[in-house]
Amino acid sequence: MDAPPPVKTSAQTRPRSLSSKLDVERLRRDFPALAQMVNGRPLAYLDNAATSQKPLRVLDALRNYYEHDNANVHRGLHELSRRATDAYEGARARVATWIGASSPAEVIWTRGTTESINLVAASWGSANLKEGDEILVSDMEHHSNLVPWQLIAARTGAKLRFLELDDEGRLILDALPEILDGGRVRIAALSHVSNALGTINPIAEISKLLHEAGVLFLVDGAQGAAHHGVNVRELGVDFYACSGHKMCGPTGIGVLWGRRELLEGMPPYQGGGEMIDRVERDYSTWAALPHKFEAGTPNIAGTVGLHAAVDYLDEIGADAILAHEQALVAYALDRLREVPRVRLFGPSDPGERAGVVSFTVPEAHPHDVSTILDSEGIAIRAGHHCAQLVMRRFGVPATARASFYFYNTRDEVDRLVQGLETVRSVFGD
Amino acid sequence: MSSIPEPQLSSLYQELILEHYKRPRNRGELEGGTVEVHMRNPSCGDEIRLQLRVEGDAIMDLRFVGEGCAISQASVSMMTTVVKGGRLDDAMGLAKRFTEMMRGDPEAARDRSLKDLRAFQGVSKFPVRVKCALLGFDALQEAVKRARGTEGSPAVPGATP
Ligand SMILES: Cc1ncc(COP(=O)(O)O)c(C=O)c1O
Repeated sequence: MDAPPPVKTSAQTRPRSLSSKLDVERLRRDFPALAQMVNGRPLAYLDNAATSQKPLRVLDALRNYYEHDNANVHRGLHELSRRATDAYEGARARVATWIGASSPAEVIWTRGTTESINLVAASWGSANLKEGDEILVSDMEHHSNLVPWQLIAARTGAKLRFLELDDEGRLILDALPEILDGGRVRIAALSHVSNALGTINPIAEISKLLHEAGVLFLVDGAQGAAHHGVNVRELGVDFYACSGHKMCGPTGIGVLWGRRELLEGMPPYQGGGEMIDRVERDYSTWAALPHKFEAGTPNIAGTVGLHAAVDYLDEIGADAILAHEQALVAYALDRLREVPRVRLFGPSDPGERAGVVSFTVPEAHPHDVSTILDSEGIAIRAGHHCAQLVMRRFGVPATARASFYFYNTRDEVDRLVQGLETVRSVFGD
Repeated sequence: MSSIPEPQLSSLYQELILEHYKRPRNRGELEGGTVEVHMRNPSCGDEIRLQLRVEGDAIMDLRFVGEGCAISQASVSMMTTVVKGGRLDDAMGLAKRFTEMMRGDPEAARDRSLKDLRAFQGVSKFPVRVKCALLGFDALQEAVKRARGTEGSPAVPGATP
């Protein structure tokens, strides 16, 4: 077999223009939480990689569900249960279409990305991994796409292999052919977009290389689906995990998409109501997909809220959202480069990143930066961002991180940069 | 409007605190230490390693190395200046008093035995930062407990909670 061609790390899957066509002022009116004062200043919410704010449409959908349709699903023969079940399965069908699944049966409801990944690691992993097998991850991963694999590796004797990062925080994919040539990698688990660096990974190309080597591919889409739009078939992956709360939906609801034949071959993750077919004293048989993986009363209202969120995002359009974020990132990188001795992390080309900007300033620790910005109503995150391997790679204990969504403005970026002046005036000599 | 930012911020970042952050006292490795404690705040990653040389019930010397925010590093630095040369009991008393002040006890905040450490009073109004200020004192309390437990025996460095 010929060695696969080297992969360009800067590859892009979609044309990018660095300008925004969104009517941001109008969109902001959909978000009551954005219209508040914090510490005497209008809130500048720049912590969207942690969680997004919620539009009225989603809040109304939740309230409407609880006021009119609340019942358990698949259990009652009465009117309300029928409505709740329709809402629950209707949301599944909507998400299936949105991400390009071949069938709603491939969409499993979970608590979020973390649970989705744990499900695959525990279920697929326990049935398929053995001593000597390898699981490929990277130094970019969020702890939720690392620790579940460490756990299953410890139980099965499989080992973790790592893709490393270049100085701009991109995966070094030149190393991939050699890792795959070893013939031991069974599954790769990589993020779509890095929450700590903003890097967008060339998923479709990685997918091709992995599949040529017979390796399955799980994508941590926590930062992907929300900002990027996703078509799982175009990406050519095997599992895709994402969280509702990062994409205008409620907390506590998430998605695992998997290829049907893989999900069908996997044992249940948890046992309980809803996931069974026939129950005997010593054994049970399982329900068909997707319910095999949905033990217990699910987060029904969460699915209703997520449905509304997907409708809302679809109206704005994934391309417009990404273009707006990239325009803001380009602007933020330019403005931050004016800050004396600032250190910026992640790709220098805004076209290679989603709406995340990680940085440090020499005067002050990121926590102090965050406290000072907070005193001016600016919400950012400071810390290791649940990505300690990224921090270690770049030799810092923590970074400050501003992360944007389609409702953020250049004015908010300006306030961030001004806030760093306050940091210097407090901490400078 | 709910509040004015500036006075709040200056009550947090007092001159004295910034001064200790920029020029930490008793920082570095201690030769001949008898106890060593490593403390880490897992939620934010701040960490310190505190070394003490205890003779009898006296803290003859102590030093720290650490990494973290201004509040955590300045409070360790200032703490070392107050407890150095003092007794184990007094160090425990100080840690208790400081913790009370951080929990908002106004009487503790007036206690002169805290000396310069009273500069940290303003931190108690920033609940998320209280644990930063306590990091060094948590390490001190642990170190004193170990010093008492290992009295007369050689140093057992390295073990960390
Ligand atoms: C890249 C990435 N993966 C996984 C997660 C975990 O998502 P959740 O906490 O919603 O399960 C996050 C969110 O913090 C993330 O940013």
